[in-house]
Amino acid sequence: MLHLTAGRVGGLLSRRGVAAFSSSSVKMASHGHGEVTEQADMSVPMYWDRLDTPLPDRPYKDTLSSTDKSLKQKEKGPWNNLSKEEKLALYRMTFKESFAEMKKPTGEWKTVVGGIFFFIGFTGLVVLWQRYYVYPPHPRTLDEEWQAMQVKRMLDMRVNPVEGFSAKWDYEKGQWK
Amino acid sequence: MFRAALRLSVSGARSLTRSRPQYTASVAARSYSHGKQETDEEFDARWVTYFSKPDIDAWELRKGMNTLIGYDLVPEPKILEAALRACRRLDDLASAIRILEAVKDKAGPHKEIYPYVIQELQPTLSELGIPTPEELGIDKA
Repeated sequence: MLHLTAGRVGGLLSRRGVAAFSSSSVKMASHGHGEVTEQADMSVPMYWDRLDTPLPDRPYKDTLSSTDKSLKQKEKGPWNNLSKEEKLALYRMTFKESFAEMKKPTGEWKTVVGGIFFFIGFTGLVVLWQRYYVYPPHPRTLDEEWQAMQVKRMLDMRVNPVEGFSAKWDYEKGQWK
Repeated sequence: MFRAALRLSVSGARSLTRSRPQYTASVAARSYSHGKQETDEEFDARWVTYFSKPDIDAWELRKGMNTLIGYDLVPEPKILEAALRACRRLDDLASAIRILEAVKDKAGPHKEIYPYVIQELQPTLSELGIPTPEELGIDKA
């Protein structure tokens, strides 16, 4: 066991062929679930559109049609011989989105704000349902009648007569000051 | 970089008829507590030399450009010229156009920088046949 050094293991791997390990990630990812979305193989040079890293590791189109290939040949000559359309085609072969397209506003904010309002509205419905189906009956001590009787009792008791409650009641006139 | 513009307008060494945009960009990108500070000219010269390597390969071009764009500055036209010529040696027109796009983006809100750079690069662009993004119509989404 201890004799199996890293070098030996590496040797074993290379003999079996590294092909098995560099197989496409789709095979690796599918544990027999059926359809799985294609995952970018990050073990090979990747393409990206980034403002801060303008030149990615590989061109966008790596499989070129024969017209593309002949255009690529023409690119080796003077670029003044290329027409504007050819130059544009060469650009689009190498890059997916131009800087302007990368920076284009997405309108995602509308989805976000709409989502916010939607969920607030939904919450409102939940609260309303709660009011009718969850809350216990209204306590009778909060009725208008009861509250009036309570206030009268507090005044009769002279609650806080100096500076507080009863101090604000005019006992001669029978009304609030 | 663009702090050179201030010095040039002061020294009057260049043509006075051309109005130069004024910038108050801060000095040197690196702040070491010790050691010699690299001047703007040294920085520019270093990068021009990098891109002027006759047998530059595609990786070096990409690495160079991506690094240069990572700095907090808009590269001097002479650096960009060397980079565009490197694209020519590598038969890569698309990257040349991409470089121009990146320069415009680097200028950010300072809209006067990009036209100036294009103006400075015009002889090279015409010589090599590199279109500007505006000419191809890719400057609008």
